[in-house]
Amino acid sequence: MPRTLIKVPATTKRGEIIEIKTLISHPMESGFRVGPNGAPIPRDIITLFTCTYNGEEIFRAELSPAIAANPFLSFFTIARDSGTLAFHWSGDNGFAATETAAITVE
Amino acid sequence: MQELIRKIIGDAALQVGKVRLDVPALVENGNAVPLMVSVESPMTEKDHVKAIHIINEKNPQPHVISVKLGPRAGRAALSTRIKLKDSQQLTAIAETSDGSFWSGTADVIVTLAACVEDRP
Repeated sequence: MPRTLIKVPATTKRGEIIEIKTLISHPMESGFRVGPNGAPIPRDIITLFTCTYNGEEIFRAELSPAIAANPFLSFFTIARDSGTLAFHWSGDNGFAATETAAITVE
Repeated sequence: MQELIRKIIGDAALQVGKVRLDVPALVENGNAVPLMVSVESPMTEKDHVKAIHIINEKNPQPHVISVKLGPRAGRAALSTRIKLKDSQQLTAIAETSDGSFWSGTADVIVTLAACVEDRP
């Protein structure tokens, strides 16, 4: 399982704009490099990232090989209700990872 | 690059403004370049940013990232880290809910390029 790092404020006020930061360990091999024997290294990247807030999709990103290794993404959302934020990454070679974070809205 | 921009915006006109693209002017390592985009928008149900696209000039592929957001985001902004093969200009395109496209650019000088280093 890849390591993930999620930063979401644990508690916040209703209506507040919060920043969500995510990081996942992944080589993001572009497919444009060659290995020691001159053979090209096949592409292995994360192609899609989505974030849902209590089941509603709030952010979706389509990634290209130009994203650096261990993709970091930060974005904003309005805190409306307490609940869970679910993060999902998917990519080449059947890569899939899911992470959740709880948020309490006062 | 122009082809990709055409594909994103279709027949619409690309206007300059509203989009702020923050990248360090001089980058030592092209393998991880911090990048921040923000778009001026009230982010209301009526007037919000629907999508943000980032495009480069000189990497093997022009596309960097496309994100979809909505009024739920509160603020149309995004940060990530990207790879750059060469010194070049980056373009960010924002699509707003009224169907118009806005763009912003940033120039970057890269001293150590990504992609050139092969695995030992």
